[in-house]
Amino acid sequence: MYVSVRNRPHSDGTGNRGVGRRVSSTVLLLGVVSLLTDVSSEMVASILPLYLTAVVGLSPIAYGFLDGIYQGVSAFVRLAGGYAGDRGGQPKWVAVLGYGTSALSRIALLPAAGFAAITAVITADRLGKGLRTAPRDALIAEASEPSMLGRSFGVHRALDTFGAALGPLVAFALLATVPGSYDSVFVVSFAVAVLGLAVLVLFVPNLRTASRGARLGLRRVAAEVGGRRLRRPLLAAGLLGLVTVGDGFLYLALQDRDDFAATWFPLLYVGTSVAYLGLAVPLGRLADRFGRGRVLVAGHGALLACYLLAALPSGGLSLTLAVLLCLGVYYAATDGVLPALVSRLVSAQTRGSGIAAAQTVVVLARFGSSLLFGLLWSLQGPQWSLLLFAGLLAVAVPVAARLLRDVERDEATA
Amino acid sequence: MSLRVRLAVLGTVALLAVVGAAGYVWRVRHTQVSVEAAATPVATGGALEPLRGQPHLVFRSTALGAQYGRVAVVPLSAPGGPRTFTPVSCERVYATADRAVCLSAERGILTTYSARLLDADWRPTQDLPLTGVPSRTRLSADGSLVATTSFVSGDSYANPGQFSTRTVVTRAGGAVVGDIEQFKLVVDGRTVTAIDKNLWGVTFADDDRFYATAASGGRTWLVEGSLARRTVTALHSDVECPSLSPDGTRVAFKKRGDLPPGRWRLAVYDLTTGVQTLLSEVRSVDDQVEWLDDDTVLYGLPRADAASASSDVWAVPADGSGEPRLLVADAWSPAVVR
Repeated sequence: MYVSVRNRPHSDGTGNRGVGRRVSSTVLLLGVVSLLTDVSSEMVASILPLYLTAVVGLSPIAYGFLDGIYQGVSAFVRLAGGYAGDRGGQPKWVAVLGYGTSALSRIALLPAAGFAAITAVITADRLGKGLRTAPRDALIAEASEPSMLGRSFGVHRALDTFGAALGPLVAFALLATVPGSYDSVFVVSFAVAVLGLAVLVLFVPNLRTASRGARLGLRRVAAEVGGRRLRRPLLAAGLLGLVTVGDGFLYLALQDRDDFAATWFPLLYVGTSVAYLGLAVPLGRLADRFGRGRVLVAGHGALLACYLLAALPSGGLSLTLAVLLCLGVYYAATDGVLPALVSRLVSAQTRGSGIAAAQTVVVLARFGSSLLFGLLWSLQGPQWSLLLFAGLLAVAVPVAARLLRDVERDEATA
Repeated sequence: MSLRVRLAVLGTVALLAVVGAAGYVWRVRHTQVSVEAAATPVATGGALEPLRGQPHLVFRSTALGAQYGRVAVVPLSAPGGPRTFTPVSCERVYATADRAVCLSAERGILTTYSARLLDADWRPTQDLPLTGVPSRTRLSADGSLVATTSFVSGDSYANPGQFSTRTVVTRAGGAVVGDIEQFKLVVDGRTVTAIDKNLWGVTFADDDRFYATAASGGRTWLVEGSLARRTVTALHSDVECPSLSPDGTRVAFKKRGDLPPGRWRLAVYDLTTGVQTLLSEVRSVDDQVEWLDDDTVLYGLPRADAASASSDVWAVPADGSGEPRLLVADAWSPAVVR
């Protein structure tokens, strides 16, 4: 993985800017940190339903409530993390705090028993995730050539997703070796997280985004984040987020429709990850070349195709795979491309806050759309709800394209 | 710090992490193996054939050792005595006089699940659809209908509705009757269509009528359903995993009440009078109970010491009187066959 990513720019001749140069070692190191952290967190996340119902004895209903916590907690912590990284001018140490909190939460699952304790531990994990995301993305932006930001984020997200796909496999292999020993999964998960944290602390350079002494005031950040340059991208991201259906719903719709998807339900998410991880780098490069705004909008075109395919009355293997592929394209074209786009529209000093603002807008908009979609599903079933959202998305895409047109001409020079 | 120092520190951290984690897993594995080796072998009885003629109990044996997870049989006249092992292993089992249903899991990196109907000689006759972690299963009294419930668990990401059950009713030797989650759910005269609607824990009354649990929005109900009309109607709230008494007049179930999440109390609901009686078992029971006779219910309880993967089958009077008593040690998923 590591090597092939490094060598890739040499082996194809797309010409143009940025080609032939390597992705910064800082980006690769952050990718390795994310890979290890995601192996660790997905190990726990994948066995959590089993653990909660089989060992702790929570009913599916209580588990659903636990899941709701995931959504809400991270949005505001994310903003705080972005700002804290900018204010101190040392995003690395805010990221360390975030990764450290999540790592500690794994080992805290060992003594945790009962609903309240497990809720607290999982909340801590999510707090850590919220805290670290924006400062880490600010570091990636700081370490990258402006002309290859898309590729850098693509490399990082590919490594990150690889870890996320690996985690469940490690967890289930472990449970096959020591049946029923969930504690073993927690301990191994903790060890992997500590390793990731060590790579971060020891090797990721403490890139400074602000000069010492010049403390960044909230007012300055608010002026930049709410300013002219960021206004239209934030509006576009929010608008698109509002018509985005959560993958959970898509998987449920597939599962409702055919037995193949139901039998391999846990693997649907792995299928999406594989598509995402394969496409993250190529689409990131495409974004560098043809414009990040364009690729972001085009990714939502793939999402539209995904809704339409999922809304077809009957399924089957190839249709299910097509939906997963479209979903992977959507993630590859948006998840890393959005911070790549935003990081060039704000000054280096407020980059973390800018990225955090964009990600928070997306998270909140998607949360709203989830509530709406859940309601629609219960009123008229999955098919019509998907078709309605497809219609809304078809309207939103051209509007977003218009909002994002020429936006990259305004790139900050800082 | 120089690069060499940092590499040395990383090497140390990596070594500690690997040794620590591997050591922990090895110790757990070692303990599991030695507990298994030290287990006193369970007393085994005679041939299966003679047991078939008399009332007997079919269950999953959880006695540690080579036969962990195998289905075993004891006569009801001596339930605590030697058990006779069948050739099949199941996570959950249910049986009638001439048929059994077995939900099993083949654990591995990719765990696969299967549900099978077996004949009186424990030979598989039919594969049933099963799409997740086995949860509950029941046959109708004459063995012609079978219901299986599995948990369909999803990806890890924060999305609503990712955890749900699937409950499928199939006619033995015939076609799938339906996924009862698709049936119309009526609560207080209103049709419930919420996405978080779940149905599980079927108990059959006759060839058409059944009872089950329905859940939505954090509430649960005892529902009465009709396979022909594809409808389930709520009768009583806060009921999970109902089980119909042999005389068809009462339903035993587990209820949440004001207990914290993950704890349940056993109760019996009289279908004609609507009176609910709490049973004298005060420990939390997460099982679909089985009726030993019209006056007694059976249920599995995990063994109290956490290190053990074993469980026992207990019995308690169905009228709220008396005390729970241990019926079969090292057992799970009991089914009474008369």
